Amino acid sequence: MMQIARTAPAKSAGAQRWAVLPFLEIGALVVALVLPLLLQDYLTVFATRVLILAIFAVSFDLVWGYAGIMSFGQALFFGAGGYGAALLARDLDVVSMLLILPAGIIIGLVFALFVGGFLLLGRHPASVIFVALGTLTGAYAADRLARGWYYLGGQNGIPSIPPMSLGSYDFTEGPAFYYFVLAILVVTYIGCRFLVRSQFGLALAGLRENEQRIAFFGYKVQHLKLIIFALGGAIAGLGGSLYAFHEGFVWPNILGVVISTQVVLYVLFGGSGTLIGAIIGAVVIEGVSFWLSDNYREIWPIILGGLLLLVILFRPSGLVSLLLSERERVGSFGRPPKGGHRGSS
Amino acid sequence: MALLEATGIVKSFGKLTALNDAGLVVSENEFHGLIGPNGSGKSTLMKCVAGAETPTAGAIRFAGNDITGLSPADRARAGMSLKFQITSVFPALTLYDNILLSLQADTSLFGLMLSRSRGALHDQVMTMLEQFRLVHRAHEAAATLSHGQQQWLEIAMALAARPRLLLLDEPTGGMSLEERRVTGDLLQPIKSHCSLVIVEHDLDFIRDICDRLTVLDQGQVLATGSVADIQANSKVQEVYLRRA
Ligand SMILES: Nc1ncnc2c1ncn2[C@@H]1O[C@H](COP(=O)(O)OP(=O)(O)OP(=O)(O)O)[C@@H](O)[C@H]1O
Ligand SMILES: [Mg+2]
Repeated sequence: MMQIARTAPAKSAGAQRWAVLPFLEIGALVVALVLPLLLQDYLTVFATRVLILAIFAVSFDLVWGYAGIMSFGQALFFGAGGYGAALLARDLDVVSMLLILPAGIIIGLVFALFVGGFLLLGRHPASVIFVALGTLTGAYAADRLARGWYYLGGQNGIPSIPPMSLGSYDFTEGPAFYYFVLAILVVTYIGCRFLVRSQFGLALAGLRENEQRIAFFGYKVQHLKLIIFALGGAIAGLGGSLYAFHEGFVWPNILGVVISTQVVLYVLFGGSGTLIGAIIGAVVIEGVSFWLSDNYREIWPIILGGLLLLVILFRPSGLVSLLLSERERVGSFGRPPKGGHRGSS
Repeated sequence: MALLEATGIVKSFGKLTALNDAGLVVSENEFHGLIGPNGSGKSTLMKCVAGAETPTAGAIRFAGNDITGLSPADRARAGMSLKFQITSVFPALTLYDNILLSLQADTSLFGLMLSRSRGALHDQVMTMLEQFRLVHRAHEAAATLSHGQQQWLEIAMALAARPRLLLLDEPTGGMSLEERRVTGDLLQPIKSHCSLVIVEHDLDFIRDICDRLTVLDQGQVLATGSVADIQANSKVQEVYLRRA
């Protein structure tokens, strides 16, 4: 028996040799690091915006791609973080990064706990449609509320948000802001990667594939869902607060259905259930839209739509599935004990 | 004292009464066969016991506690483990991870985030895979297994949590004769620490491994007793002859 057990790691080591994910990740990081050196300033501003949207995409991917929760109103948390940050700056003159970013995280978290508590808790598991419509309705209602509410600036939102500061340094848009957002994206990514590759990630995989079955193992399915939903909300809120300070204004659209749908497309297009896929999706969709809208002023939305359809039809697991095998996408969660003589991957 | 005592179980689906005052009593370390014609309510009774269905009426006691109102997760935590009639392994996950998923269910969520029990559970995962002759495929996706092997994996998952009561709904469906024999061998050793309720159409298999039997017919208990008693029971013979 021991001998049989020893053959296992050899096999998985073979599989490890072909792992492409680390290359993809390092490649993406290198490109992101050198990009501002190659781009004109106005393009660096655009790239910063895309990175913020990538943080947002990661938040949605955690909830949908990993846990299978159809959070189709994810912008509610992004927008809440954004409006929260804007109000802090406008009404309380708070612009310190050390307060703004935690505030964005907490606002996203609290909103998600509230919405998630309502939609996901209960004796019987909520149906997929109920959650999808519930979150969508939440985002729609928030959008309408913001439009009608004078305190939130109505249709125009909240303009002229001052720059975020750290000590005496002001982050205005440009390379410094870019690298700052990149650092936050990397930290978020590493944190999420740790989580989705942990035993908690295995529980999420079980949740995604067969929710009823893991309840029969004794998992507290509702708690599991609420935790990941809240975490997704917190990350979206963080992204929203960055967005508010980067753009210098917030408006009702960032809470609404359109940007909620956009983030679904990022993740679907890049590859759900891989964190790098969410980022690639955001970058490619935003990049292509930018380029198309410059070159084909009238018809670019049609071209983009066609492109999205093609990928979704022929690559339902997204762009990254061109490089990443299904096995590697799902991954392995078992590890041999530290210093153990027997092993698995 | 009995480990499991389900009494007066009624379950209606709209107008259809799937169970009509059915019951099931299982003692510690007993292998109990649940048999009966198609549609007699065997799966429904198992689901009521495990919490997958809520009985319309009746009471279920497990290890001395009334569990009638508990959720499936709480029943699992109390020591029950169910393999559904429909195979439900996690096809995209490796065999190793299928077992680990079952084993780690009682690690706290915080512990899971830090992967605290990953190392400690390794040996148990490997032991389960060895026991069920699946260890050489530990790192392949469960989807690559044959139907029979998937059933074994599911039994292994159900057993991994070291339940006090294992509920198996047609574990040998779709297995070859040889695979059935092996399944019987695999189940024997658990008797020292676990009771079993098993639904099976293969009466030879049931006879070989069970101590006692309960026969259901049209949602009611036709007879319950030792294997010999049931075999000698004329009402049971009639039901089986009528349907055969
Ligand atoms: N969810 C349901 N909704 C409606 N009717 C159901 C449901 N589940 C079971 N039934 C009905 O209840 C009766 C008993 O079904 P059950 O699955 O318990 O039988 P069984 O003894 O397990 O049969 P088999 O040997 O075919 O597995 C059947 O008439 C079935 O059609
Ligand atoms: Mg059945």
